[in-house]
Amino acid sequence: MEILLAIIIGILYAAGIYMMLRRSLVKLIIGIILLGNGANLLIFLLGRITEGAPPIIPEESKVFLEAYADPVPQALILTAIVISFGLQSFAIILVKRAHKVVKTDDLDEMNATDEDS
Amino acid sequence: MSTLILRTASNYLLPVLLVFSIFILLRGHYLPGGGFVGGLIAAIAFVLHAFANGLDNTKGLLRFHPGFLMPVGLALAFFSGMAPVLVDQSFMTGLWFPQPFPVIGNVGSALFFDIGVYLVVIGVTLTIIFTISESA
Amino acid sequence: MTQQLILYPLLLQLLLAILLMFFWKKINTQRIISMLGSLVHLAVSIGVFAYIWNNGTQTVQAGSWEAPFGITFIADTFAITMVLLTSIAGLAVSIFSSGSVIGDRLRFGYFPIFHFLLLGLTGAFLTGDIFNLYVWFEIIIISSFVLITIGGEKAQLEGAVKYFTLNFLASMIFLTAIAVLYGLTGSLNMADLANKVAAVENRALVEITAILFLIGFGIKSAVFPLYFWLPASYHTPPSAVSAIFGGLLTKVGVYALIRVFTLIFVGDAFLDQILLVLAIFTLFSGALGALVQNNIRKVFSYLIICHIGYMIIGLGMFTEVAIAGAIFYLVHDILVKTNLFMISGLIYRIKGSNSMRALGGFYANYPKLSLLMFIPLFSLVGIPPLSGFWPKISLITASFETGSYWSLAAIIFASFITLVVIAKLWAEVFWKDAQEIPVKPKFRYYHKIKNIKRIQIVVPIVFLSMVTLYVGFGAEHIQTLATRISSELMNNQQYIDAVLNTQISE
Repeated sequence: MEILLAIIIGILYAAGIYMMLRRSLVKLIIGIILLGNGANLLIFLLGRITEGAPPIIPEESKVFLEAYADPVPQALILTAIVISFGLQSFAIILVKRAHKVVKTDDLDEMNATDEDS
Repeated sequence: MSTLILRTASNYLLPVLLVFSIFILLRGHYLPGGGFVGGLIAAIAFVLHAFANGLDNTKGLLRFHPGFLMPVGLALAFFSGMAPVLVDQSFMTGLWFPQPFPVIGNVGSALFFDIGVYLVVIGVTLTIIFTISESA
Repeated sequence: MTQQLILYPLLLQLLLAILLMFFWKKINTQRIISMLGSLVHLAVSIGVFAYIWNNGTQTVQAGSWEAPFGITFIADTFAITMVLLTSIAGLAVSIFSSGSVIGDRLRFGYFPIFHFLLLGLTGAFLTGDIFNLYVWFEIIIISSFVLITIGGEKAQLEGAVKYFTLNFLASMIFLTAIAVLYGLTGSLNMADLANKVAAVENRALVEITAILFLIGFGIKSAVFPLYFWLPASYHTPPSAVSAIFGGLLTKVGVYALIRVFTLIFVGDAFLDQILLVLAIFTLFSGALGALVQNNIRKVFSYLIICHIGYMIIGLGMFTEVAIAGAIFYLVHDILVKTNLFMISGLIYRIKGSNSMRALGGFYANYPKLSLLMFIPLFSLVGIPPLSGFWPKISLITASFETGSYWSLAAIIFASFITLVVIAKLWAEVFWKDAQEIPVKPKFRYYHKIKNIKRIQIVVPIVFLSMVTLYVGFGAEHIQTLATRISSELMNNQQYIDAVLNTQISE
């Protein structure tokens, strides 16, 4: 399972960065999404994968009775997902506006900021 | 998208989904659920309604701009975090009523924080989706 | 209630942002709330600063969860100094925005987002938890994305695409580094991490994690070779936005670098070497970049990059004197860079252009304003006794002591080029004869706007110039502060104890 996840994470990172390096604006967004998912999976993997009960202590005892899944990575992933949701929706609107104003999908032609003025 | 079946169904689904979202919100302290998920379900209810009946109808149904829910929810969450500071506890410490309420169960400052999250999520999601579909 | 004292700057900023959101459409109300709120925030920050100065490092365990399990907020002298500087710059930019940003832009929630940005900055300085730091960074960048795109002009959107992409990449690298660190140690609390990372046996993996942090924060703080997003975007938004970005956004990256490399990844000669090399290249490339630009705001953008090098070089030398120099420079740089971008905004309001070739005759036409602008411009160069001079003494002393003569050369070279750049700017904009600039029909020139607006534009510049003068002439106080911060940073056991040994009141 770990090996499989590691390979998937590698593919997601590679594909995400490859897409971000393309010239097209749409591919930039795809790259952002892939990279975000890769990072989330990485937290999940590095938080150790355990098969076990949820991390809730039964009412009558004071400590965990058996192996439990670490809740911290899940909390981190949830936070990271919410944040990347916000970032991605912003990216989509930004790219749409930029496309409308600049009238090109090609990042190489976005060079108004380099002009000497 | 605006077929008769979907339109009729969405009218009935809207209240059902909203009640379900509140159910998810309330069970969230010990079981899967909570303000974020509940808020998303409530937002989906309105989005479905907008798909079937058009954006303007949904806006008429809401009566106010969904963006208004953001400060309301944030304020609620803020004050539920501030409440323990007033009784000399650390920021965001959970305060609980001693007796459980019928149906709802134990009520504490965490619940108000979650309701705040619920409102913010509805506000943010609807604002984003309305903005995207308006400028399309 | 005094136990929670250090959270008050944070909570006040959040309260302001929420309050402003309720008045989404009422710009004038927003203006007043923002200015008064920033003033109150400054008072609160000064109060908390005085408390920390007298009573030492304070911590708050949010939600009463004991460290290292919950989220810790900690204010040592470094953190609270940064909070104080944020509120000084925040107050100045709040007043400046109210006068200089046009109503069409304010209508899209400028002030609430601006206060969310300040909230993110305050939180990033006060937190003691590495993942919480990530969350504050995200609040900062999301707010900055909105601020940089408000108005939606062509150059702004293009700049925003570049800014967004590289900052997003930095966040993802930061997140990856946190994931690896959590996998290595099973902790997120920075004080706890300091102990646990030192005990990890696989040093290679620790070094790789450190490099990941370096790249993530390096992009945000614009060090060589990761700075290319900065000159492509900082000159596009309104100058009020540039001011807060130029003053504080890159500095929060520097703050994070200093924090992480003095607390968690300490005493690695290889890392210090990398930091030194990066800093030297940053100094050289930033200075040379500034030399060839024509747009004033682009010149300042490159100078931001150049001067980031001074702080990183102090961190790289890693002696108490060097870090004191870096901290002093940080204090000076936040005040001066914020002021410079506001000045570029004032010049733009007066003449309708920011091109050095087109401008001219400022000294002849506006002698008082010119003298005002003289203060930050030549503080930046570091003409004694102005503020930029003092930290360089510490840095140069430190580079003699550590025998790193390349750093010495870079520091002197960068100071010299800064002098050339500012002298050129002074000659072109202030001394050269006035040029004919085509008049823009709809542009709200300085002489056309109401008196109250003019006051709102000039007062913050005067205010920050006064603070800069204080930093220059009262350098002894700032030096005491910087020395205290650097000794706290070098002896991090105190920080660790403050977090891990606190008792929670029941």
